Amino acid sequence: MSVRFCVNGREVDVDVEPRLTLADCLRHHLRLTGTHVGCEHGVCGACTILLDGAAVRSCLMLAVQAEGAEVVTVEGLSNDADLTPLQKSFRKHHALQCGFCTPGMITTAHALLSEEPNCDAARVREVLSGNLCRCTGYIPIVEAVLEARAAYRPKAQAGDRGGDRA
Amino acid sequence: MRTVNSLIGSPIERLEDLRFLRGRGQYVDDLARKDMLHAAILRSSVAHGRIRSIEVTRARALPGVHSVITAKEIGNRVPRVPMRLQPLPDFERFGQPVIAETKVRYVGEAIAVVLADSPGIAEDALGLVETDIEPLPAVADRHASAEDRSLLFEEAGTNLAIRFRAVRGDAAAAFAGAPYVRRERFRTQRHMALPLEPRGLLAEWDAARERLVIYGGAKVLFFNRRTLAKQLGLPEAAIEIVENDVGGGFGARGEFYPEDFLIPFAARLAGRPVKWTEDRRENLMCINHAREAECEVEIACTREGTILGLRGHAYVDVGAYMRTNGAVGARNVAQFMSGPYRIPNIDIDVALQLTNKTPVGTYRGPGRFETDFFRERLFDMVAQDLGLDRVAFRRRNLVSKQEMPYQIATITPFESKDEFDSGDYQATLDRCLDEVNWPEKSKLAGKLIDGRYHGLAVGCFIEGGAAGPKESARIVLERDGLYSVYVGSSAIGQGLETVFAQIAADALEITIERIRGVFHGSTSYVNDGYGAYHSRSVVMGGSAILDAAAKLRDAIRTWAAQRLNCQASAIEIVEGVKAVGPGGNSIALNELSGESISAEGAFLNKKHTYTYGAHAAHVAVDPKLGHVDLLDYVVVADCGRIINPLTVHGQTVGSVVQGLGGAMMEHLVYDQDAQLLTGSLADYLIPTASDFPNIRAVMLEQHPSPINPLGAKGAGEGGIIAAGGIMANAVANALSALHVQPRELPLTPTRIWELVQAAPR
Repeated sequence: MSVRFCVNGREVDVDVEPRLTLADCLRHHLRLTGTHVGCEHGVCGACTILLDGAAVRSCLMLAVQAEGAEVVTVEGLSNDADLTPLQKSFRKHHALQCGFCTPGMITTAHALLSEEPNCDAARVREVLSGNLCRCTGYIPIVEAVLEARAAYRPKAQAGDRGGDRA
Repeated sequence: MRTVNSLIGSPIERLEDLRFLRGRGQYVDDLARKDMLHAAILRSSVAHGRIRSIEVTRARALPGVHSVITAKEIGNRVPRVPMRLQPLPDFERFGQPVIAETKVRYVGEAIAVVLADSPGIAEDALGLVETDIEPLPAVADRHASAEDRSLLFEEAGTNLAIRFRAVRGDAAAAFAGAPYVRRERFRTQRHMALPLEPRGLLAEWDAARERLVIYGGAKVLFFNRRTLAKQLGLPEAAIEIVENDVGGGFGARGEFYPEDFLIPFAARLAGRPVKWTEDRRENLMCINHAREAECEVEIACTREGTILGLRGHAYVDVGAYMRTNGAVGARNVAQFMSGPYRIPNIDIDVALQLTNKTPVGTYRGPGRFETDFFRERLFDMVAQDLGLDRVAFRRRNLVSKQEMPYQIATITPFESKDEFDSGDYQATLDRCLDEVNWPEKSKLAGKLIDGRYHGLAVGCFIEGGAAGPKESARIVLERDGLYSVYVGSSAIGQGLETVFAQIAADALEITIERIRGVFHGSTSYVNDGYGAYHSRSVVMGGSAILDAAAKLRDAIRTWAAQRLNCQASAIEIVEGVKAVGPGGNSIALNELSGESISAEGAFLNKKHTYTYGAHAAHVAVDPKLGHVDLLDYVVVADCGRIINPLTVHGQTVGSVVQGLGGAMMEHLVYDQDAQLLTGSLADYLIPTASDFPNIRAVMLEQHPSPINPLGAKGAGEGGIIAAGGIMANAVANALSALHVQPRELPLTPTRIWELVQAAPR
């Protein structure tokens, strides 16, 4: 079947088997291997992408279901010139070790902070609880996401710390 | 500002992160080759049975299927997975054929490999393979195993793989005259490393050059190459094993598994690249399991709390086969039950019992997590019996600084003596008590506040590291003046490239930017490598880098002396960029006209490093729900010289949370037919971001190791080792009014609720 959607700002038209998951389509047909597959049953969250702005598990949907959608992967949240504020914060807080869960953490955190730049630590933990990490114990990931909140706030609010801490 | 020699000890942000954060890491499943075949593996759904027939005709006939491989296609003698560590002759009888031959012995054992044009077709074809397996009585636990009624290996006549014994002093004499003895029975549950990235392999056979390249290696590339070369009848030089980015190891990933033979074999047979990616269900039933241990131990003490002896029996369920490092956990259960404590008389044996379950191997802190639970639980019971303060009891029995190096129990039959290298175990205990504010917090012990009982616990651990015999490194001064570092160590996500760049740059007296890269992932980079296990990379690989750097600086001096017409000893190398002779004449090192200059180094070692420290926890337990809220958890550890405070701290915190998984939730459950009931991540629970928000780690470097030039000790396992014992003691302390004594892990809400219900009222 043919499916057309937009990935990281680029229109794509892919010929896929109906049973192909969106994760496998992104990884193996479009060679966007930043999206990782850790369980294929929707628990680990490593395959999280943004679909029309919402964080979704690309292993739990079929590629054909993405017809007409706006898909953003970790590659789309990156640039060559420099790390983004969220990525810098992950690096500074040592919020990754093996790196396998990292793309899912970044996409999930980006979706959260885009919607709720003033979220508190409990909210960050609640949202990230759908993404498994086996290396870090999550503490530095939560710290990194909290620090990155400032970058997602409108300029006028940038100085406002939101009154919450890790 | 110092530009050189300031990297070791600095919290350098990791070099690896730049690719991982942008989704540019390259894990093995990210690789693809034109004309590549995809492998899927048919696995036994029967725990124990005799293979009557395997019919593959229908599978082979499916369009898109290239071939189906069973034991028949492998040849007359199916190769066995070897023992990498403790290769005792006794174990050979219990070796795993790389594909089931006459019997299947666990759910998940490979029966057939399908090669097809797509992963989907390969998986479709698995359903068309018809197997006829005569079921045999499944040996589902160590008790059934010891009965020897149903034998996994009939020709061996027993399900007992071996019995190790750890001895120190004279336990019988110590117990004979002891004023106080207590006997207890404890158990830890089967659980596993669960690296987040499932395993995978991509093998390419070049028929013209008779050369095999395998991607997806990890941990012990050189051992695996030796093994595969023998099995395939190829010279080692004809095989290259490449390590890509690796999504976590924790002991399990990278050992030689059946697939490490099957996929390269398939590529050679098909004459096309073959890729295999494990799915999570396969991962849960195929990668090494660990930790299923039980003990009946006795401790003898004076009334004042001086430990006189420890003796007893332990039992480890090793699963269906003895493979690679499957004896290490059990060995450690015997040798390290005494932990960091002075126990003069020890006699502990451990039986390695075969069962129809997935074979075991090492998992971070092998044998230590188990025995820390046994020992620390026992200590709290003893202190309570004797009316002694549990901190004072530990303090009295910790090995002291003056006793270093301290000889621990000796293991037979694999004769192994060992000693603690250095440290002040009291100091880390003191610091841990300070950090958790013990005098204040312990007032809460056993108190019922807002419907929850509060509990405190503290205990001590040691962590072994730096396994020998050797590691290799090679450093090249490139023609453009940059330095390339090649090592035999492996990266499994621990930040090796960064810490090795720090070590190399300081040793070469250059800035980190002058390191072109740390290259670690191939059997072609150094002649001989040993890899990443037993917390050995920094000590062994790092010390090898020091040696290579010293030799490279000598080589640069010799090279420069010839050009400046002077003695090599008169040459000074300035910041790695120029060589200066006696008269001030100098020569730039960033424009070597001829060849690059290179030097090889090595570090040989027969001893171990011992990182040590203490853990403390404060919990609140809801007796109605059995839920445990971890309010505070502190680790204080001294790991000798710290290379990168950021990464060692991160590994410790991560290690604690992994240990809390083993303490509180993780459990590979089998039924009485030895069927695995926890075959998905919805059934096998690991900690998530909302489970344990309060973890702290304090890393010290007061006592460098005397056994290596860096003074470093292995680190990264200390967080996991004590977690089970600490949590169980904290829960017992909280529920002391109900006389609850956990003797088994994990401490799930159900188990705690049951203990509360069973409590005498």
